[in-house]
Amino acid sequence: MLNRISTYFYRRPRLTLALFLAPPLIWFLVVYIGSLISLLINSFFYLDGFTGQVIREFTLKTYAKLFIPTNLQIFLRTTVMALSVTLASIVIAFPLAYYMARFASARMKTWLYLAVTLPLWTSYVVRVYSWKLILAQEGIVSWFARLVHLDGLLNWYLSNETLGGPSLSVSPTGIFLVFLYIWLPYMIIPIQTALERVPKSLIEAAGDLGATPAQTFRTVLLPLAFPGVIAGSIFTFSLTLGDFIVPQLFGTSSFYIGKAVLTYQGTSGNIPLAAAFTMGPIIIMISYLLLARKLGAFDAL
Amino acid sequence: MRSKPSAESSNERASLPLTLSAIGALLFLHIPLWLIFLYSFTTDESAYTFPPPALTLKWIPQAIQNTAMQDTLFLTLRVAVLATVAALILGTLAAAAVYRFDFFGKEAISFMLILPLALPGIVTGIAMRSAISLLHIPFTFWTIVIGHATFCVVVVYNNVIARFRRSSNSMIEASMDLGANSFQTFWHVVLPNIGTALMAGAILAFSLSFDEVIVTTFTAGNQQTLPIWIFSQMLKPRNRPITNVTAMLVVLITALPIMFAQRIVAQTSDGEGGSK
Repeated sequence: MLNRISTYFYRRPRLTLALFLAPPLIWFLVVYIGSLISLLINSFFYLDGFTGQVIREFTLKTYAKLFIPTNLQIFLRTTVMALSVTLASIVIAFPLAYYMARFASARMKTWLYLAVTLPLWTSYVVRVYSWKLILAQEGIVSWFARLVHLDGLLNWYLSNETLGGPSLSVSPTGIFLVFLYIWLPYMIIPIQTALERVPKSLIEAAGDLGATPAQTFRTVLLPLAFPGVIAGSIFTFSLTLGDFIVPQLFGTSSFYIGKAVLTYQGTSGNIPLAAAFTMGPIIIMISYLLLARKLGAFDAL
Repeated sequence: MRSKPSAESSNERASLPLTLSAIGALLFLHIPLWLIFLYSFTTDESAYTFPPPALTLKWIPQAIQNTAMQDTLFLTLRVAVLATVAALILGTLAAAAVYRFDFFGKEAISFMLILPLALPGIVTGIAMRSAISLLHIPFTFWTIVIGHATFCVVVVYNNVIARFRRSSNSMIEASMDLGANSFQTFWHVVLPNIGTALMAGAILAFSLSFDEVIVTTFTAGNQQTLPIWIFSQMLKPRNRPITNVTAMLVVLITALPIMFAQRIVAQTSDGEGGSK
């Protein structure tokens, strides 16, 4: 019996293919692509301000709301945050990645690789939690500042209106630090991969031809590592754009894209506006990916 | 060729600033994790005082016996197991289809499977939320499972297809030539061959689901998974010692299996590891 079934399907590869492919394909088309389409549909509905009901009629009203100053500011604030996190993680990731690629022995490299990826395997929400402990007013940062008698400086910094706040754990600087911590490994790995491919002879040749280390870095190393930097920045940028946990936990009252989406769909039940808002990061990310592909970032992945 | 790079020669030592910044970056990545462990033992109940006033072991049994914690833990485990099973089936089927057959749109399949992980979590989350609202689907345990299974499929798929590509087709042909039917071939040849890949994929999928908070926020309604519970405790800390211990437990539950999975993958050198 089994033999006959087996032969039956063996002779009909298209049918077998259909049986294999149908469950995952249907699942994804219904659950995922379907959801994305419903997101798009929802963004063309609008919320009736008086009744609090979503009106299911085609309209561009909801999209128009994105362009009021408060919302534009949210986009700007989030993009600036994503850019600063990306730049800072490049600066911190580069020396470590360079060390791993160039100076670490094979054994050391395996060990370092493990050390860099271990935080990635640790729970995201717990890693965020650890920064609640660190940045708290009574936490380790303040303790350290007092220890080296720099608490005056810390307080002065916190009194800054755009960067500071009541404490580090409620300030844009706090958000920035947590993002930097959480996404840093995503920047280290691609840069290391790119640097790994730079032949050592190239760097030696630059030195032999009279370039100073700074010149070698700028004219040889950096251009060759650039695809890796771009690949890493895709992660840091995209992840920062879409995150709502960190701004929610460490933010002052000012909104970021993710927090805005969460608030609109939750407390105010305004799913159309939340949906329209999400188109922002989608469009920003797609343009970023297209730009990255042009710059050759995907060769380094 | 790379076995003995001239790293030993004296001019190839890393400069001091470089070494220091590399060490600094490593410490930046790791100190927060140490603190999670340290704070599980602090006697401080109402704040995050550093250094801890004193250390104690008393929170660990209290946390384990806490019923709210237990309920969320079991819910999270149930979700993770079901999502993993679904991901195993769907991911393996998709990998087999893409590997064995040629068909129109083959390239699009892997792209589609990776989308839920590649797009920011909030996009997947709000997309599902809007589908739930559009179709008036009630929030249940199953909406969480379906959401999780969707982004878990790709890790199983990646592992299994990498294994398929490495194993030669001639084994399957030999089995068929020797008279085994497709089912026997699958059971005796294919399954043992992809076994560790399935295992690694399953562990990664499990950890991914166990850990997820962003998509879950949008698909969960009133149900609380463990990460969501921790998140809510951070917003309004009610029980800090219990949260501290729970955080430590979550690290152990997610990090250890993944290291194990990485080992399996490394030993069989598929290279398709998983991260978010």
